Amino acid sequence: MAIPISYSFRNLWTRRLTTVLTAAGMALVVFVFAATLMLAEGLRKTLVDTGSYDNVVVIRKSANAEVQSGVERLQASIVESLPEIATGEDGKKLVAKELVVLINLPKRGSNKPANVVIRGIAGTSLALRPQVRLVAGRMPRPGSAEVIAGKSIAERFQGGGIGESLRFGMRDWTVVGVFAAGNTGFNSEIWGDVDQLMQAFRRPVYSSVLFKLRDSTEFDGVRERIQGDPRLTLDVKRELQFYADQSEAMAKFLRILGMVLTIIFSLGAMIGAMITMYAAVANRVVEIGTLRALGYRKGSILVAFILESLFLGLVGGLAGVFCASFMQLITISTMNWQTFAELAFGFDLTVGIAGKSLAFSLVMGFVGGLLPAVRAARMNIVDALRAT
Amino acid sequence: MFILKLIIRNAFRHKLRSVLTVIGVAIAILAFGLLRTLVGLWYHGVEASSATRLVTRNAISLIFSLPISYKDRIRQIPGVKSVAYGNWFGGIYIDEKNFFANYAVDPQTYLGLYPEFVLPPGQRENFIRDRKGCIAGKRLADKYGWKVGDLITLRGTIFPGQWEFVLRGIYKGAEKSTEERVLLFHWDYLNETLRKTIPRRADQAGFYIIGVTNPDQAAAVSVAVDQLFRNSLAETLTETERAFQLSFVSMTEAIMIAIQIVSYVVIVIIMVVAANTMAMTARERIAEYATLKTLGFGVGHIAVIVYGESLAISLCGGMLGIVSTFPAANWIETELSQFFPAFSIRPATIYFDLLAALMVGAVAGIFPTWRGATIRIADGLRRIG
Repeated sequence: MAIPISYSFRNLWTRRLTTVLTAAGMALVVFVFAATLMLAEGLRKTLVDTGSYDNVVVIRKSANAEVQSGVERLQASIVESLPEIATGEDGKKLVAKELVVLINLPKRGSNKPANVVIRGIAGTSLALRPQVRLVAGRMPRPGSAEVIAGKSIAERFQGGGIGESLRFGMRDWTVVGVFAAGNTGFNSEIWGDVDQLMQAFRRPVYSSVLFKLRDSTEFDGVRERIQGDPRLTLDVKRELQFYADQSEAMAKFLRILGMVLTIIFSLGAMIGAMITMYAAVANRVVEIGTLRALGYRKGSILVAFILESLFLGLVGGLAGVFCASFMQLITISTMNWQTFAELAFGFDLTVGIAGKSLAFSLVMGFVGGLLPAVRAARMNIVDALRAT
Repeated sequence: MFILKLIIRNAFRHKLRSVLTVIGVAIAILAFGLLRTLVGLWYHGVEASSATRLVTRNAISLIFSLPISYKDRIRQIPGVKSVAYGNWFGGIYIDEKNFFANYAVDPQTYLGLYPEFVLPPGQRENFIRDRKGCIAGKRLADKYGWKVGDLITLRGTIFPGQWEFVLRGIYKGAEKSTEERVLLFHWDYLNETLRKTIPRRADQAGFYIIGVTNPDQAAAVSVAVDQLFRNSLAETLTETERAFQLSFVSMTEAIMIAIQIVSYVVIVIIMVVAANTMAMTARERIAEYATLKTLGFGVGHIAVIVYGESLAISLCGGMLGIVSTFPAANWIETELSQFFPAFSIRPATIYFDLLAALMVGAVAGIFPTWRGATIRIADGLRRIG
C-alpha cells in the first residue's frame, strides 16, 4: 500500500525554514539554467529573424563579415544580371548592392563609444527585408544626406533620434526616420543612400550584394554559377546561414558557459537537497519505524521520501522559472567578435525552456533525495523503533 | 583551546552532512575562482598596456585606415619620441578556430616601442632583414609546434589571398602579463603585395603607435595629433593604449557583467546551503546548548561555539576549493586552449576566494548562533529532537 502523497507534502511544510532554504538554492540554480537557455534562444531567434531563407548574400571570398568584404562595381553588376533573381511588384529585380561600414558612436547617458553598423541601401533594400518597417518619419531621399536609424540606435545613441543629426565622413547626416525590425540585428543599424555613403567614406566598392531567389531550390545552381565564374571571387550564402555563421562564436561561447555553470551549480544544489533529505530521514527514524510496523513496505517508504524530494525540487523549479521570466525585460547588447559590430539580443522564454527547467529541477530533487530515501527504506524496523 | 577543540569535534560529529557541506562550499569557491579568473582575462590587455604609448586610429572607426604619410607629420609633433605603424591583418591559420592576433607592422620602430617583446639577439636582426619574415610569441609557437625557419601560411580575411611567412624569431614576454600569442610580420610585405593586387588599399596604415618622451605629455600629444588632422579626409582619434584597450573591453562589457553577477550568485547559492546545514545542526543541539548554559557557560561561549563551527566548515570547503582551482585551471588551459589560451590564477583571486568562504561561514552562522545563544534554558531542555 502506498503512503498518502500528503504525507510527503506535509513533511516539507512542517520544516518550513529548511524547505525554503533548500528550495531557494535550487531556485537559483534553475534560474541560472533557464536564463542561459533563454539567452541562447534569444540569440538564435534574433538570427533567424534577421535572415530569410530565400535571400542570398554575396560577399568577397574568405571575408567572414560584410564589413571585411569588398565587391567591385563590375562584379556587383555581373551578379545583378543573374537570371535566377526574383522580380518585384514594380517589375524591377529584387537585388540590392549595399555598403556596410562601422562607425564609432557615443551612447546616450554614459557617453561610451560603441561600433555601429552603417548600411548604404538601395531602393529595393526594404522590399528584401520584410521584417523592417518604418515607424516614424520617412525614408531618406536618394542623393541626399539623410539617414534612418534603427529603433535601438534612436533610443541609445547620441544624435540617433528623429530630427537629430550625426556627423561622420566630414558631413552632417540628418535622421529623418526611425525603423523597427522586430527582433533582428537591423535595429542596431543606420541606413542611408548607398551612393552618398560611398562618396562620404571614399569607398568605391560595395560590401555585399543581396538578392531574392525567384525559386528557392535554385540556390545551388546560383552558387555554382557565381563560384565558377573566373571574374568573380565571391562567396555565396543563404542569408539565414550567413547570419548564423557570423554569430557562431558567440553562440558557442554562450552554450559552453551555460553548460559549465549549470553543471557546477547543480552539484551545489544537489548537495543542498541531499543534506536536507538526510536530515529529514534522521529526524524521523522512529516515525519510519512506526510506518514500517504498521505494514507499509520498503518500497512505499522509498517512494514517499523520493516524492518529498521531488516536491522540494519542483518548488525550487517553479520559483526559478518564475524569476527567470522577468529576465525577458532585459536586452543584452554586446560586441560580436566576428563582426566587431554591436549585437543586441534578449532573453526568450519558450514553453520548451520552461519545461526543460522544471525537468532539470525534478532531476536535481531526485538525485539529491535518492540516497537518503534508500537509507530510510533500508532501516531495520526494530532498531528504528528503539531509536530516540 | 578547549573551545577550539569543541568546535572541531562538533563540526565533524555529523560526518556525512559536514563532508557534503564542505564539498558544496569547495565547488562554489572553485566556480567563483574560475569565473573571477575569466573576468580578469578580459581585462588582461588593459593591464599590459603602457602609459608612454598612444594609439592613433581613424576617427570614424577601426575599419578605416590612415594614409602612411601621417607618419612623418606625427613625428614632427613635440614630445613624440618615435612612431610605429601597422595593420590588423586578421589572417587565419589553417582553420577559423585557430584564432590569434596577427599584425603587419614596421619591425624596427614597433619592436623599439614594445621592449617587452624580448627576442634573442640574432633573431631580431634576421626578422628585420627578411621582408617575408615574421615573429611569433612563445605560447603561440609552442601551441602549433613552430620552430625558427618554418614556413607559415595565413589566409587573409581582410586582405585576400594566401600569405606566406618565414618564422624568423620567437619572442618571450619580459613580464608575465605580456601577450605571447601574437604574430608580427613586415608591413612592407603587405603593402608591396597590395600595390600589385588592390592599389587603392595600398599605402595605408591601420593604426599608429606613438611613443612619447614623457608620460605627462601623453594628453598634450594626443590633442596635438588630432588637431593636426582635423577636417582632413581621415580624421584621427588618439588615446592612450590603456584607453584604447578599455574601449574594446567595454564593448563586450555586458557579458562580463553577467559573468560577474553569476559568480556572486554561486556564492549566494552555497550560502543558502550552508545556512541550511547550520540551521539543522543548531536545531538538533538546542538541548545541548541549554545544558552548557546550565553548567554556567555564558551566551558568548555558546555563540563562539556555533559561529566557530560555521566558519570552520566553510573555511575547510574554501581551502579545498582553492587547492582544486589550480588543477582545474590547468585542465582548462590545455583542453579549452581555443577559448582560454592563458588561464592563470592570480593571487588576488585567491584572497577573494578566502573572503568569499569567510562570508559564507559568517552569514550561514548568524541565525543558528542567535537561536543557540538566546534560547532559554528551560525551553532548551524541554525540547526533544
